[in-house]
Amino acid sequence: MVEKNSMRLEFLSKSNNESFARVVVAAFASQLDPTLEELSDVKTAVSEAVTNAIIHGYEYGEGVVIVEAIIENNRIEISIEDRGNGIADIDKAMEPFYTSKPNLERSGMGFTVMETFMDELSVESHVGKGTKVKMAKNFKSLSDKE
Amino acid sequence: MQISTDIIKDYLIVTLQGELDHHTSENVRKKIDQQYYNNNLLNMVLDLRGLNFMDSSGIGLIMGRYKSCREQGGSISIVSTSSYIERILKMSGLLKLMKVYQTIDEAIVD
Repeated sequence: MVEKNSMRLEFLSKSNNESFARVVVAAFASQLDPTLEELSDVKTAVSEAVTNAIIHGYEYGEGVVIVEAIIENNRIEISIEDRGNGIADIDKAMEPFYTSKPNLERSGMGFTVMETFMDELSVESHVGKGTKVKMAKNFKSLSDKE
Repeated sequence: MQISTDIIKDYLIVTLQGELDHHTSENVRKKIDQQYYNNNLLNMVLDLRGLNFMDSSGIGLIMGRYKSCREQGGSISIVSTSSYIERILKMSGLLKLMKVYQTIDEAIVD
């Protein structure tokens, strides 16, 4: 059992911070002794949410992205927040292959990847105020792996 | 992210190493398109064996190149041996549009 621990990371909405954010969260999640596949899942989901904040939240403009994570026992909860444009129609945005920016060759698979790789996903958004993506994953305990 | 390209017959062989995300994909896209169109090529092989990370920006990149090849009357195929990469490819439906091979040679002969 891992005691509760938490972290908070704040950075500018620059695309080279996408790898920074996912590596930091993965390093934090490592305290739960996840499998490589579980760690890849978390990295990918974080990358998707941070990329959304940069492309859609701030539309490549300058802003701040806030990543918070809490670990306890075998579970990690992650939130990724921007104070950008917000999403008018969350259901539409979460449809597979839907993208508001097809000219940028976006696949429209960001939320689908997050949903598939994490156990829980919820999105809060207010137009003109920003978006907060919350997700959680339960890692298999060490005893289950052996 | 490192990208190298090679031309074999009418194939553009693209070898990617590192992490393919939104930040790195734009540069990769430019280099691939430049080589593909400047050399009037037909087909493309994307060797993803050197990737240790890919998210949906990679899916967008591959989908875009699939469309380019189809417009030219050619085809695109993937070389990958990673279950992690294949999981993302499968999730996005890309495996219905293109084949995945273990080696570049297999991708070209087919």
